Amino acid sequence: MRNIRRWGPGLLLVSPSIVLVAVFVYGLIGWNVRVSLSDWRTAVQSSKWAGFAAYRDLNADLAWSENVHHLLGFTVTFIVGALLIGLTLAFLLEKGVRGEGFFRSVYLFPMAISFIAAGVVWRWLMNPAPGDRSTGLNVVFEKLHVGFLANQWYLGLDWGMSAMAMPAIWALSGYVMALYLAGFRGVPEELREAARMDGASEWRVYRHVVFPHLRPVTLSALIILGHISIKVFDLIVAIGGKQLVTQTPAVYMWILIYDARDYAKGAAIATLLLVGISLLIIPYLIYTVRSEQRV
Amino acid sequence: MTSTTAVPPAPPIPARTRLRGGRRVQRTSGRLFKYAALAFFAVLVLMPVYVLVVTSFKDVAETDPSHAWSWPHVWTTAAWHQAWDQLSPNLANSFRLVIPATIISTILGSLNGFVLSKWRFPGADIVFTFFLFGMFIPYQAVMIPLTQLFTDANFPEGIPRLVFAHVVYGIPITALIFRSYYATIPQDLMEAARMDRAGMLRTYWSVVLPISAPAFVVTAIWQFTSIWNDFLFAVFIINDPAKWPVTVALNNTTGSFVTPYNLQMSAALLASLPTLAVYVILGRYFIRGLMAGALKG
Amino acid sequence: MPRRIDVGRARVSRSTAARAALLVVFALLVLPAAGNARPGTIGGAMATNCQLQVFSWWTGGGEAAGLTKLIGIWNKNNPSCKFKNETVAGGAGTNAKAVLAQRLAANKPPDSFQGHAGAELRDYIKAKQVEPIDFIYKKYGFTKIMPKGLISQITYNGHLYSVPVNIHRANILWYNPKVLKKAKINAAPATWTQFVAALKKAKAAGVIPLALGEQWTQQHLLETVMISTLGPARWTALWTKNGNWSNKGVTLALNRFKTLLSYTNSDAASLTWQDAGKLVADGKAAFNVMGDWQDGYFSGTKAGGNLALKPKVDYGWTAVPGSSGVYDWLSDSFTLPKSAPHRAAAVKWLGFLGGKRAQDTFNPVKGSIPARQDANAKLYGPYLKWALKQWRTDRLAGSLTHGVVAPNAWATDFGTALGLFLQTKDVGKFQSALKTAHDKFT
Repeated sequence: MRNIRRWGPGLLLVSPSIVLVAVFVYGLIGWNVRVSLSDWRTAVQSSKWAGFAAYRDLNADLAWSENVHHLLGFTVTFIVGALLIGLTLAFLLEKGVRGEGFFRSVYLFPMAISFIAAGVVWRWLMNPAPGDRSTGLNVVFEKLHVGFLANQWYLGLDWGMSAMAMPAIWALSGYVMALYLAGFRGVPEELREAARMDGASEWRVYRHVVFPHLRPVTLSALIILGHISIKVFDLIVAIGGKQLVTQTPAVYMWILIYDARDYAKGAAIATLLLVGISLLIIPYLIYTVRSEQRV
Repeated sequence: MTSTTAVPPAPPIPARTRLRGGRRVQRTSGRLFKYAALAFFAVLVLMPVYVLVVTSFKDVAETDPSHAWSWPHVWTTAAWHQAWDQLSPNLANSFRLVIPATIISTILGSLNGFVLSKWRFPGADIVFTFFLFGMFIPYQAVMIPLTQLFTDANFPEGIPRLVFAHVVYGIPITALIFRSYYATIPQDLMEAARMDRAGMLRTYWSVVLPISAPAFVVTAIWQFTSIWNDFLFAVFIINDPAKWPVTVALNNTTGSFVTPYNLQMSAALLASLPTLAVYVILGRYFIRGLMAGALKG
Repeated sequence: MPRRIDVGRARVSRSTAARAALLVVFALLVLPAAGNARPGTIGGAMATNCQLQVFSWWTGGGEAAGLTKLIGIWNKNNPSCKFKNETVAGGAGTNAKAVLAQRLAANKPPDSFQGHAGAELRDYIKAKQVEPIDFIYKKYGFTKIMPKGLISQITYNGHLYSVPVNIHRANILWYNPKVLKKAKINAAPATWTQFVAALKKAKAAGVIPLALGEQWTQQHLLETVMISTLGPARWTALWTKNGNWSNKGVTLALNRFKTLLSYTNSDAASLTWQDAGKLVADGKAAFNVMGDWQDGYFSGTKAGGNLALKPKVDYGWTAVPGSSGVYDWLSDSFTLPKSAPHRAAAVKWLGFLGGKRAQDTFNPVKGSIPARQDANAKLYGPYLKWALKQWRTDRLAGSLTHGVVAPNAWATDFGTALGLFLQTKDVGKFQSALKTAHDKFT
């Protein structure tokens, strides 16, 4: 146990951040939870205790279960899509190709475009107009003689939210690629050589030497993508507006708080989102901290 | 020692030099397939950009969604002029916001990351977890009390409030990036500094800071992009339309009832140019930063 | 440990580069901070301290053009208190309402803000964020010159809270005469039966029978169907405590709505109201139900992003079948927030807005009719002339979608129930959800 004169300055240096986070994150989370348990259901502020009334209302709300389904559909497609494409791109690039810099820049730069701007153009691309009114990607499919691929995109009843994930995948695959590329190149070449010496085919080298090294990358990419997915708002509203057909909890929360002025119910959604996120990341954080301690 | 958080550490030698020495000969067909695949993805990625660019140069008459793919019959910069007129004051606001916010939050992240990884105190990991969790709050939920806090504290209105908000909510991600980066600094360096009886700040200044460039680059690029592209904080925290950053102005342009598409696209591109420039110019440092290690050379 | 790094092409010692960077950084820190450190007033450098801050969502089209004209007149007559236009765009004011809500909560109100006259303002009234303005009505004589029916429908608990600038009508059926001819539809339908027959003929002729847009336009369509089926008296009664949402009239209306949906385009949710209107204008659809801002879009100038069509030639209109003689009205109006920073100017602004000059300047450009009854009809186009005549004699039914009969929370619940109905098409569930919403709010 080192003495306080050693670690004291460190704590002091970090303390302003601790205070700021305590107030602006945890304090406001606390405010939010308190509101969700109050009777503030209209434009007139009220802070009487109401227990879980807002949560019960939410649970009975059919629109809420729509929202949750939409979010799941969006999140799964987004995360799987971004991870797969990012991994594929990194895999294609990792051994070094001509023009690697060019390709990397191309794949990376959708990240620079805001979700509002991306929404504007993807709304065009994913235009669901049928038949002779078709445009966007539908008309490209027809021109390329794969017209059967033309579909309703984000309006589709089953896969609508998966289509909605496409602009998000487009925006973030590059970032995932960068993470995986760093991961690939972090595998010491000696390990690969050693495996090859032992007679392993290139595929087995990947499978048994390289990919295990990528697990931590996958994990952190999952966390970052997951949290973006849960909070995404600009993109959904830019493409589908606030209609129920493309609604997610983040959008419904907005509607409840600012249109319906049902603050408690909106706060209940925020709290539930946080609880859901915690269930994912707290185990991750524990795992992270523990594995660092092991080293 | 490996870090399991967002930024994995690097190999001892920048990978490309190494690979050039040890690259295996690939079969031509495999090579072709690889380039074909890369080109295919490049087309997919660039396709929306094509639409954005091409539409922004079209005349209003040609900007029907049914003509999204066609090459302009007449190339005109009218939409760009309009976009510039509408957005240029807001572009200035965005710069006034992003530059201080990025600088402050990057420095703060570096200091925090340093303490949390290298100059630890009892409970440092708990504090880090405490920070990290803050990344996940849905911001809509806290807009009202946040703006209330600003008003009650009489915080200077406009851009300063937005800078403050981004710095505070950037604490988690910046600490994350720096902490994982600094975790790769070998303990011997720290020991050496300690043997020289260097205190915390001196160690930071002379040992850690000089080798922090890659992490600074990654953090600065990430923060620049997120803060530049943020809409939610800006529209709520800043009341005066003259002080709005460009994303809010962009939304006003694209969200309004009757905006011609060419203007929407040119505005979207104009608003994205600075971040695009950052990625084009600094992208390689971004990757290098993600890959760089503190050691060797 | 490498002691040198590449900074561009120059090789510099790592520590020197880092230190130089840090010094630059600290220098940059000081400068912007110094620049921003002013006392916290908006636009602090201006000489005058009176600015009329008006908050609206009129950022495009005829409304922005009309507002610009009003600003011109105001600034000329009030050079010492110039107009400060604070607008936020985004779908019929949803972003603006959110930002406004936050500003009012933070006690930083504008001098006046836009809102639909009627129940939509109830949230602000109940939260005591707006002042009653009966005194303005008295001072400027509005009660005498605005229709009694209108005044009574915007009075809440005996008081008035906003000045209506215009009147729009929601229950209009727009059509393309050439398409009707092609489909052998002899006359624009006037009853429900004729309407369905016409839609069938349009479908047979290969056009979209009824062009429809995103969810709020579908709610708009629904309200016109309900008003046509129930009539204005029963419609208005629905929104009171005794309103009976379980009766057969409502069931009939909902079923009629469901029938209409089967004649609409499958990509409705991706279309704005203009997109839907354009389908009619381009001859791809026969009919469209929309408020009379559609006329502004159809007949307005191309430079303003409109279609520049000829009324009665390229497009025609009639009341939604079954609702002739009923004016499904809505109104844009302005309020007086409590603690308005420049209250005297705000009061003057409201008096100006309700005056003949403002209303006859704004409305022809905006595409609506004045709330006042002394409009100079010569200033108005063909559709608006027709609307002015109807306004004098029609019975009034307040719009749901545009904030007259229901407060925001109720309208939101209605919209949520509608969203679910659009997916399930279950009339029974829809009706009971609507009844639940009624019971919740009355």
